[in-house]
Amino acid sequence: MSSLAELLTEPTPARPVITAECPPVDGGGLNAISEHVRRLAPYVDALNATDNAAAHAHASNVAVAIALNRLGVEPIMQVACRDKNRLALEADIVGAALHGVTTLCCMTGDDVTAGDEPETGRVFDMDSPQLIRAANRLAQGRYLSGRPLDPAPPLLIGAVENPGAPPYAYRVRRGLKKAAAGARFLQLQICYHEDRLTEFTNLAESTGLNRKVALLPTICLVKGAKALRFMNERVPGIAVPQSVIDLVANASDEREAAYQLALEQAKHALSLPGVRGLHFADFRHDDTLGRIVADLGLPTVRGAPDSEAIAV
Amino acid sequence: MVQLLATIEHAVKKPVWGCTMCGQCVLHKTGLTCPMTCPKNLRNGPCGGVREDGNCEVEPDMPCVWVKAQDRSEKMPRTWREQFDDLRPPVDNRLQGTSSWKNLLTGRDKQVPAGWQSDEE
Repeated sequence: MSSLAELLTEPTPARPVITAECPPVDGGGLNAISEHVRRLAPYVDALNATDNAAAHAHASNVAVAIALNRLGVEPIMQVACRDKNRLALEADIVGAALHGVTTLCCMTGDDVTAGDEPETGRVFDMDSPQLIRAANRLAQGRYLSGRPLDPAPPLLIGAVENPGAPPYAYRVRRGLKKAAAGARFLQLQICYHEDRLTEFTNLAESTGLNRKVALLPTICLVKGAKALRFMNERVPGIAVPQSVIDLVANASDEREAAYQLALEQAKHALSLPGVRGLHFADFRHDDTLGRIVADLGLPTVRGAPDSEAIAV
Repeated sequence: MVQLLATIEHAVKKPVWGCTMCGQCVLHKTGLTCPMTCPKNLRNGPCGGVREDGNCEVEPDMPCVWVKAQDRSEKMPRTWREQFDDLRPPVDNRLQGTSSWKNLLTGRDKQVPAGWQSDEE
């Protein structure tokens, strides 16, 4: 089983890289995580351990990433700038690496007003390009202070970018800034305007961004039009055209229409230049990921984790 | 003298740019738009939460500081325009409230943490 770092440096990739979001966990012990792993792991190369996704508190990114690692799946530990200052962020990265968690995804983070505790303070002591650089420096054996870490953690650093949010033409330049700071892959925010994703990848191709970072557009697996409306109205930076919502809402089988929409998006994304794979966010919590991977003609990455590994 | 400089700087820059006296001014690199007026204090470009109308995720009635900055930077002289893409270091919180003019003259605003500069640079 190749690590994400190995897959992303393959000179001639045999297949697209597949990552997915591990749904947030609040309680239920490690069994809660192993249920998600059992469902998603066969089809992915790595799973994201989210960092207070959508500004809602959950079991921490570090704790979930360590658990995923124990369950035999490579974790991509999301690190957001919203909740912690630079000392805490460095400590989380170094601490997680101590447990073998060495793949990161650095992001600014939704604002606290997007969450259920909007009265809290926002930190944003660093921004995401700064966080990427700080992580890269840790991988080179230095804290921001200059104090050495020996041995340095062998980090694979990723980040995010949103091809669907203004200023559209600038987004690739921001991706280049993140690449220069040390990012090696970009998980792209779900983009319901196909033309914007196409334009982003065209620019990525002409500027060489896609040769510096692996592009992984996000595909959301939703149950129906309600989720699309929710994303459009409530999730920062996501716009879903009314025509797309109507297409799903007016279908005789909404659930199936939502699936077909995701399948079309996935096919389109994989057809674009420089796209190295896909990142899935599964809000259906069923066997859809396996179905879409099969419909895309992609192989199962691994067998379902055995019960021994799960019984932690 | 130093306090006087800070008072004058604030008097000039507060009404025009909403200056918060971060003491490490980068206005010329950011299209003469102050990044410290971004609710997330981002110094390196817009977050992914910008709304369809180009307004801020946090303040729906306010245009995104970085959409404005990027637009204005295109009209800047070439060196300033190119500096828009520089990776700006994390804010030095010790400089809050001090005069960036003084810090520019003394070179204090160029100081970065010892570990910030990459080994390859």
